[in-house]
Amino acid sequence: MDKIAEFRTIVDHPYLYLQKLKDQTGKKIVGTVCSYAPEELIYAAGALPVRLFGSDSGIHRADLHLQSYCCSLVRGILEEALSGKLDLLDGMVFPHTCDSIQRLSDVWRLNLVKPFHADVVLPVKLSTPSALQYLLDVLKKFKTDLERGLAQEITEAGLIHAVKIYNAIRAQMKRLYQLRCENPQVISGQDFHTIIRAAMIMERETFLEDLAAIIVELTKTASEKKPSGTKRLVLSGGICSHPDIYDAIETAGGVVVDDDLCTGSRYFEGMINENLPPLTAIAKRYAERASCPAKHAGLTNRGEGLLKMVKDCKAEGVVFLLLKFCDPHAFDYPYLKEMLDRKKIPSLLLEMEEQTQAGGQLQTRLETFIQIL
Amino acid sequence: MNDDKFDFLKTLGIYLFGQAKKFSLRFKKSPTMKDLMMVYYSEAKSARLTGKKVAWITSGGPVEPLIAMDIIPIYPENHGAMIGASKMGAGLCEKAEAMGYSNDLCSYARSDIACATVNGGPIGGLPRPDMLVCCNNICGTVLKWYEVQARYFNVPLFILDTPFCHTGYSEEAARYVRAQIDEYILFIEEACKKKYNFERLRQVGHLSYEGQQLWQAVLDTAAHRPAPMSAFDAFYHLALIVTLRGTQEAVNYYQQLLSTMKDRVARGISVVPNEKYRLLWDNIPIWPRTRWLSQKFASHNACLVADTYTSAWCGAMKYIDESKFLDSMAEAYTRIYLNIGVDEMAKMVIEMIDKYDVDGFVLHSNRSCKPYSFGQLDIQRIVEKERGIPCLMIEADMVDDRSFSESQISTRIDAFMEIIKERRFKFK
Repeated sequence: MDKIAEFRTIVDHPYLYLQKLKDQTGKKIVGTVCSYAPEELIYAAGALPVRLFGSDSGIHRADLHLQSYCCSLVRGILEEALSGKLDLLDGMVFPHTCDSIQRLSDVWRLNLVKPFHADVVLPVKLSTPSALQYLLDVLKKFKTDLERGLAQEITEAGLIHAVKIYNAIRAQMKRLYQLRCENPQVISGQDFHTIIRAAMIMERETFLEDLAAIIVELTKTASEKKPSGTKRLVLSGGICSHPDIYDAIETAGGVVVDDDLCTGSRYFEGMINENLPPLTAIAKRYAERASCPAKHAGLTNRGEGLLKMVKDCKAEGVVFLLLKFCDPHAFDYPYLKEMLDRKKIPSLLLEMEEQTQAGGQLQTRLETFIQIL
Repeated sequence: MNDDKFDFLKTLGIYLFGQAKKFSLRFKKSPTMKDLMMVYYSEAKSARLTGKKVAWITSGGPVEPLIAMDIIPIYPENHGAMIGASKMGAGLCEKAEAMGYSNDLCSYARSDIACATVNGGPIGGLPRPDMLVCCNNICGTVLKWYEVQARYFNVPLFILDTPFCHTGYSEEAARYVRAQIDEYILFIEEACKKKYNFERLRQVGHLSYEGQQLWQAVLDTAAHRPAPMSAFDAFYHLALIVTLRGTQEAVNYYQQLLSTMKDRVARGISVVPNEKYRLLWDNIPIWPRTRWLSQKFASHNACLVADTYTSAWCGAMKYIDESKFLDSMAEAYTRIYLNIGVDEMAKMVIEMIDKYDVDGFVLHSNRSCKPYSFGQLDIQRIVEKERGIPCLMIEADMVDDRSFSESQISTRIDAFMEIIKERRFKFK
């Protein structure tokens, strides 16, 4: 599909795309590092929020600031910044999530001069009234910070428009998830992943238009593609920077039908209520959507969510895709696995380094796992 | 004999032992740390006989509201340190790994999580909690760790969320934390099924403040040349300001310790014989190797006179208003050493370098503690630039001895001390 090929070019060379966009439209680009970045606000300030994923080449500049036991996502992002690749950014937004991102913000502030640097210190709890009040206060403050930092007023109308665009993207993505769940043959894992990554980079209105076109096309061809009897899997974890994993799963006779990933459903899940004041509604979505393990929304919410996902999409197994040195996910893994075990749902743990390629050993492990399903 | 009966008798034994010890301390002029810790743990471990509640709490958490309601606070991190010091860390960490916890996770958390399931470790496990209090002012790890324990023990968990202060304490954070202090009080009332005693909290607040002042005064004595105590002594004496902050016992203990240190200063007694070089330590101790490290540095006539770790329990005193303890507590607990930006941490390090007049800075890059360790390289650079003193970074782990490479670290310490010695020679 042409659109997806275009997306792939953008995902493979995001900075070329962004530089071109900047040159042509003068749009400001703001980097973010987490799915809790309030993108609607950045978008309403006339800037394009871009989720950073770090370098895929060797990390050495970042070694001067972060030890080797820091995850490769955080080290990789710093590496790109220090190497000058991110000079095109007009600002950086650091939502408070894990200890590593928290210190990345400090290191960034001390070593890289950016026109605009914002810490969005969100609450860790998402389940109490005082936390929700604080969350709203933080969003209000972030709005002021953005307006000052980007010298651009955020109007009520602008905010409502941003919410509409983001909601429309989320609605389309939900449709895409449904399509894949109904018949995983409609789109390859690689292509699916490409769309998700493009959603975090591209000018959002352009993306929305293209996405809608892709979905129309997929819906049309869906009936022609017969389900192939492959094993249905759910991916769970943090970020997936290894699109190769999808090929490896498909080669091994499996197919991903849903995910609980930061580069996946957690980014798109939940609509913003358009009948509420925009900031209140944005805060509400954070409180209600599936949480990152660095946030607290109850003791077993993530486990229950995973079980429901497996049931709803009729998956036969779960593959945990954990980034090495990602503490919040590593802490949740034993209890999630135990909850799956109790329901007799098989799971496989894959610990990934950012640069890990889907090699022979990975392939064998996937094949062995998929065979027992 | 069935298990319940055996368990009861064991608990009774622990209780009687603790009470006997407590009674004997009445006749002892200055109880030792070991005496006090024995009484503390035996009272905690026999709490179900005496009907007292036990709360597990994070090391940076506000303990005063618990103490004021006679709840016994238990510190899994202190337990982690004991596990590390008794060299039982590697075994328990391996057990946690077998349970599915990655060996890259915090070794306090790993050893505690493993220990809870087997009642192992140096004191046969911690007493079962009636509630859990988790304050994330030290790290995000404690949140995950306490979630694990809340699921395991099936007891209520209170989370005191202290927003990170990258560049200051925001108004909205102040409101949020203050509101949570009230929620904390309600949580305690609920757990104890009785009205909160605010009068008692005022007294506990005063004692806590007094204890912190005394602890700071004890640490300050090491500014004297030669130092009467080292950071290794501080690591040992720290236990009470962590666990029994807000009690008369802690105040008495540190008064006694302060007078001992003052006496040593007056008589010119140094903890390291022939103290020639003075060093500052950063990060949590390498518990299984404190003795080895202490001897290693002493062999170079070097004394670790101060550290950023033990001073963290009195570092936010400037924010406490004794007359408004409950209100000021919110700020003091939010602005502690680990919950602030790297630049502010570097500033505090430089203040310590000047105050204790040190010749070098030793940083423990602690695989277990990301918020303490990430940013150290920048702090090191700032220190080198601002004060020009040699710095040494040692990569190890606070509990898990498998991460300690003795020969490599020994060589690096020798080389570091050579630089310090040459530098001294040049400047003289």
